[in-house]
Amino acid sequence: MTRSRPSLFSLVMALPLLLWQLAFFAFPLLFLVAISFWTVRNFQMTPDLNFANWERILTRTTFWDAYARTAMLATASAALTSLIAFPAAYAISFKLSERAKQWLIFVLIIPFFTSYLVRIYALQVFLSDAGIVNAALGMVGLGPVGMLNTTFGTLVGMVTLCLPLVILLQVFSLNFVNRDLVEAAHNLRCGRLRTVLAVIVPSARVGLVIAALFAFILSFGDFVSPLYLGGGNPPTLSIMITDITKSGQQWPRAAVVALMMIGTLLSVAFAAIAYAYKERGK
Amino acid sequence: MTGNSNRLIDAALKLHIAACVVFIFAPILGSFVFSLNSDRFPSLPLGQFSTEWYRLIWEDPFVWAGFFNTVIVGLVVAVIATVLGFGGAYTDFRYKFLGKNVYLALALLPPTIPVVIMGLAMLAFLSRVSLSGSTISVIIAHGVMCSPFAMAIIRLRLSQMDPDLEAAAWNLGSNEWATLRHVIIPFARPAILAALFITMAVSFDEFAVAWFVSGLDETLPVKILGFLQGQVSPRINAIGSLAFLSSITLIILAQVLLRRASRGTS
Repeated sequence: MTRSRPSLFSLVMALPLLLWQLAFFAFPLLFLVAISFWTVRNFQMTPDLNFANWERILTRTTFWDAYARTAMLATASAALTSLIAFPAAYAISFKLSERAKQWLIFVLIIPFFTSYLVRIYALQVFLSDAGIVNAALGMVGLGPVGMLNTTFGTLVGMVTLCLPLVILLQVFSLNFVNRDLVEAAHNLRCGRLRTVLAVIVPSARVGLVIAALFAFILSFGDFVSPLYLGGGNPPTLSIMITDITKSGQQWPRAAVVALMMIGTLLSVAFAAIAYAYKERGK
Repeated sequence: MTGNSNRLIDAALKLHIAACVVFIFAPILGSFVFSLNSDRFPSLPLGQFSTEWYRLIWEDPFVWAGFFNTVIVGLVVAVIATVLGFGGAYTDFRYKFLGKNVYLALALLPPTIPVVIMGLAMLAFLSRVSLSGSTISVIIAHGVMCSPFAMAIIRLRLSQMDPDLEAAAWNLGSNEWATLRHVIIPFARPAILAALFITMAVSFDEFAVAWFVSGLDETLPVKILGFLQGQVSPRINAIGSLAFLSSITLIILAQVLLRRASRGTS
């Protein structure tokens, strides 16, 4: 079906998407690289090849503090979400009827289409000092516990964001685990926990790692939870970007922060994928 | 291991699923309940039933302006993203060519880029070409972000199609254009409609990139972000609940269409 010269028809089908994504996706990202070398004079960006922005950002301890904080939060969120998700995904994949499985998958898709902002606002009401959770704790004579504007608050928000996606990705990877292997392990009198750890987790490794990677990517870039549940001070990288962008014309510096984030995400993604597909037993 | 402890573990696992669902949906249901509550800052015990917050947003011209912007953006984005996504899905389905991986990466990667970075890149680029700060800029940005969803949905549907169907149409003398019109589009119609609904729902709730590029033509989610930065306002819950209801209607419509379609062919 392939031809030496593409037909008009094939071009009409293929090109609109290609052109749109080149013009409005690839090009803006490349443009970000360009403006990171530009200079700002009199509130105007002027094209330049100047390393001052990079120097300015990369020699600041505030940047590296924010960098470390963002990386730690994203790592903690990925780990926490994966750990919470796994028993649920395992049960959905191995214990539920086909019908119940489909229903749960549908239920877990719903949150993608709810406003993340509205959910975060509701979480503020749950977590604040006089909020729902503390009132409930108060009824049994506990608390109040400060949860809003803490790392705990940020992590609650991030887990809310990532959990549905991570459970779904884990369920899909667990569905591909060969049931005969599990059966064989049982017949060899391998205990339940050992079957999970020695048979199921290794054979679903690719999917489990990719689910954790998605949680890392989402949490690393999220500015809403750190800002509205974590208090925003000291900032994370994405809060830095919004602050710099909205407070003036220092977009070149924001571009440097953004490029550092992209670099980090790409390295983490490649490392995670290399690890996921690494041959077993090595 | 005894049967009893197995049953206990199964029960515990199911309880864990329930706990996860409660955790995920507590904020969503919470915002519903709070939107109908008289307290400005709800706590336990809850205040009285009240539709005050709905009345406030009903009477707020800024909310209406945001609502119209959101709907216009959503409609236009849905059409653009679905047309682009259909072309991409068909290209992936039918053709092999050099650089196809690059093509697919360009088409599908946008959702993995953090929204702050997308927002900044879009703002910097669009303001350079004098397209920022308007509804057009939100449409452009959402077109990029939504077309991968449309492409994925339509691609899945095309993979259910018998490849001989197209060949049969060509053998009967139908050219590619006529085959597209009389065979492929009718076959993919449920997925095309689903893609329209889903991309509209994604655009309805997108706030971050829209916040960077929208300028004065704010969409409703951007207004919510503004409310969040300002005073505590349960109006967010009222707007959020209405937005949720419209999104969920779109999703259920899409779901029904897709299920009916795959049942028809399998």
